[in-house]
Amino acid sequence: MPQEAGKQYKQMLENYLHSKGEEDLYLGQQFSRSFIEKNIAPEDVISIHKNSIEELIEDLPADVGVSFDFLIEMMIHYGLALKEHQSLIRKQESIQMEMDIAVRVQNTLLQTTTPEVIGLDVGWISKPAKQMNGDYVYFLNETSNEVCLAVADIIGKGMSAAMHMSMVKFGMDSLRYEQRSPSEVLSFINNMIEKSISDSMFISMFYGKYDTDTSTFRYASAGHEPALLYRAAEKKFLLLESKGLLLGVQEGAKYEERIVRLEEGDFIAVMTDGVTETRTEKGFIELDILEKLLHDVKCEKAQTMVDFIFNQLSKMQDYVLHDDFTLVILKKVN
Amino acid sequence: MNLQVEQIDKDLVHNFKIIGEIDIYTAPKLKEHLASLEQAEGMEVELDLSEVNYMDSTGLGVFVGFYKEVTANNGSLVIKGLNQRLYRLFEITGLNEIMQIEQAEGGEDDASV
Repeated sequence: MPQEAGKQYKQMLENYLHSKGEEDLYLGQQFSRSFIEKNIAPEDVISIHKNSIEELIEDLPADVGVSFDFLIEMMIHYGLALKEHQSLIRKQESIQMEMDIAVRVQNTLLQTTTPEVIGLDVGWISKPAKQMNGDYVYFLNETSNEVCLAVADIIGKGMSAAMHMSMVKFGMDSLRYEQRSPSEVLSFINNMIEKSISDSMFISMFYGKYDTDTSTFRYASAGHEPALLYRAAEKKFLLLESKGLLLGVQEGAKYEERIVRLEEGDFIAVMTDGVTETRTEKGFIELDILEKLLHDVKCEKAQTMVDFIFNQLSKMQDYVLHDDFTLVILKKVN
Repeated sequence: MNLQVEQIDKDLVHNFKIIGEIDIYTAPKLKEHLASLEQAEGMEVELDLSEVNYMDSTGLGVFVGFYKEVTANNGSLVIKGLNQRLYRLFEITGLNEIMQIEQAEGGEDDASV
């Protein structure tokens, strides 16, 4: 087939050399398509040109022929580099496409609604460091006197992270009307995802349940950053720690459950490590900086508080988030 | 960011000394090193992290994966030389309850965070 193409090319070149007209030039342009269709590489096109010109011009200077050999050699490598470049671009495009789908899943399927109950002011913020958020916040508002909150951090990005988040969400939804305690919810989700998660993947998750009738907050943690409790009467912060292994590491893991009672003005701050591991030029911020910032705005609405903390901490790291940032505040109000 | 992994085997115990920061960029390198170790029944592995000053959750993921592999073969894994911050990470995640974790010497006194 290249021989046939070579013959045609030679004829067209000959015509053009005589006419130097637009029409012949146009035919040449059209003919380039048939090179592509026949899978003829750029260096082969030059080779065809060389053969044609040597046949058409008898006394062609030897150096001109040699110069084509030089060009052929160059085009072989140019072709390879171009192919590699194109395959990288295609790969990048497919990663981008997967990321776009994951983000869409996150923005539709995984949305949550801020609960509105009497006696509890809820504010939250969750900002991804990159396009896709590895942090996940989900509220379940079963009854008018109960608010359930889950804050999870999933390692990994893209579709796999979005799928794991969906598993966590559907796990919680399936227990929705069963009046399960936080530790039971974590055990259930752990056993569910342990079977389907890869070996070096895991999820950390904090799960809490607030009862407005008794002003009590029950919580359990699966390897998650401890929450902070602010005691307004003592103007003090306490860490809400509770033992429990990351989700997805070991089947049958047990989760300790604890309970605290909130008084008016008390608030609970649940966060991910993007908050506690804020990295500034001098190193990581200490917990007392976060506590001081929270204390400064303790009388504001919960949403104003989380927005303020986010702005302050992102300012400290020159507005570049190194990790996904999630902060939820539950504040007991009158 | 750099990460170095040195293998110093003593008797029947495989010793690895890890030097540098373990994050999303260096974790694949660490994973590769650990994966190069042929899994044998009852294998003992020690990982020295005394010269690792930072690790994120991706790094933790590598250790979790390796732990699962070693224990599946009835082997044992010790992670030692953890600084206070790293030890805290193993503590928060509950991994200290299932894995054998040792703090760096002299680090025990100020373990309360």
